[in-house]
Amino acid sequence: MLKESTLRPEHAIFRRIVGAGDYFFEPVKSGQVIRIVDVEGNQAADTLFYNADDIAERYSAVDTIRAQKNIYLGTGTKLISTEGRVMLEIVADTVGRHDTLGGACATESNTVRYDLERRHMHACRDSWMLAVALNERYGVTKRDITHNINFFMNVPVDQTGRLDFDDGLSGPGKYVEMRAAMDVLVLISNCPQLNNPCSGYNPTPLEILVWNGP
Amino acid sequence: MSIYQTNLGGGKHWSFIMRRGHLLKLTDIEGSGNVGMLLYNPQNLLERYNAPDTLKCQHTFFLTAGNCLYSDMGRILASIVADDVGWHDTVCGTCNREMVEQRWGALSYQQALNDWKQNGKDAFLVEGAKYGLGRRDNAANINFFSKVSVDGQGNMRFATGHSRPGNSVTLRFEMDTLVLLHTCPHPLDETPDYPRHPIAIEIAEAPPMEDDDHCKQSAPENTRGFANNAIFHQCSVAGH
Repeated sequence: MLKESTLRPEHAIFRRIVGAGDYFFEPVKSGQVIRIVDVEGNQAADTLFYNADDIAERYSAVDTIRAQKNIYLGTGTKLISTEGRVMLEIVADTVGRHDTLGGACATESNTVRYDLERRHMHACRDSWMLAVALNERYGVTKRDITHNINFFMNVPVDQTGRLDFDDGLSGPGKYVEMRAAMDVLVLISNCPQLNNPCSGYNPTPLEILVWNGP
Repeated sequence: MSIYQTNLGGGKHWSFIMRRGHLLKLTDIEGSGNVGMLLYNPQNLLERYNAPDTLKCQHTFFLTAGNCLYSDMGRILASIVADDVGWHDTVCGTCNREMVEQRWGALSYQQALNDWKQNGKDAFLVEGAKYGLGRRDNAANINFFSKVSVDGQGNMRFATGHSRPGNSVTLRFEMDTLVLLHTCPHPLDETPDYPRHPIAIEIAEAPPMEDDDHCKQSAPENTRGFANNAIFHQCSVAGH
């Protein structure tokens, strides 16, 4: 279900452009609203959430899709933690659906998916590794890097169980917005993938905006 | 040649290290069973079964014969060499204490001793803690014998009674692997009584892998995955 936000960018308390191949790792308070904008279209935002007070509690893809009995994320989806609690809720979305099955690209999985000699190509998981290494104050390490959300990505599954990475449904300026139900840490990799259509073979910037709750 | 055989009752858990080149055969003795499983490299517990990589590398939403179970490091922990079930779930997670209590009522050890209603999440935590693993190490697990399919809109449907009595699935381990498993109910199983289905476990030596091996040839991705395993086994000093 498409739903536009009533929040205005000029009222945001925080705005940041995140280039492709870079990361965003910041806290968002309970009640605040975070928007991720696909500035130029066809980008993927590989995203993880942690309870800021207990990082062992984190976004759980399997609990989230099982709770809503649907594999796609969109307006109204409650993002569920490993402890079965609502971490955030998607309150606006101009894309239609987002993936949480496909996981993030990694240099290691790229060797399997494309070629062993492509191991040097930049990947989301390397951005996350740098993010956790440079932000030790959050206490997040590789063991906390789990099954993520791919905002703006289109990974359809058919009735026979085939799963594909298709060209995205997103476009320039489309966005997804979430209201936090607890204090969270938000870890995003702006996907640098050049081997499949998830970034349209042309990775582009994201913009992150945060508002204080109404 | 069988090395060890045992039966695990429904709602139980166990863990062990499978050596490379060995088979693990699971048989759903009565049908409608479920085996939750997580896999780790015992030499580097940070390397672990990765459901999204496993699915996207093989363009599939479920697991069956010919599929490989990938770690997050691009290596194959195990491959599925035989399967007469046809569909195993890896996207639904596992049941937790609250779910079991809401659906089937609480039944503690104090009340029922070993016939208590165990849940999959606690089962994984108990087995994982024996190796230093904790809440931060839980990942999306496999649910062998359980089928959850989707319709054209992405709505999920649990297939009740999917696995038939005597159905089995056989894993061949391609690396030494720590196996955490439980026989607790699938989290979407809503049958009226707590499902308590026994599973037979058999460990055996695997025959040497041939060049035309079905798992290796089932997709070019898997050929490359086995190439990563070969590098790991041949080049790494301490196996890491």
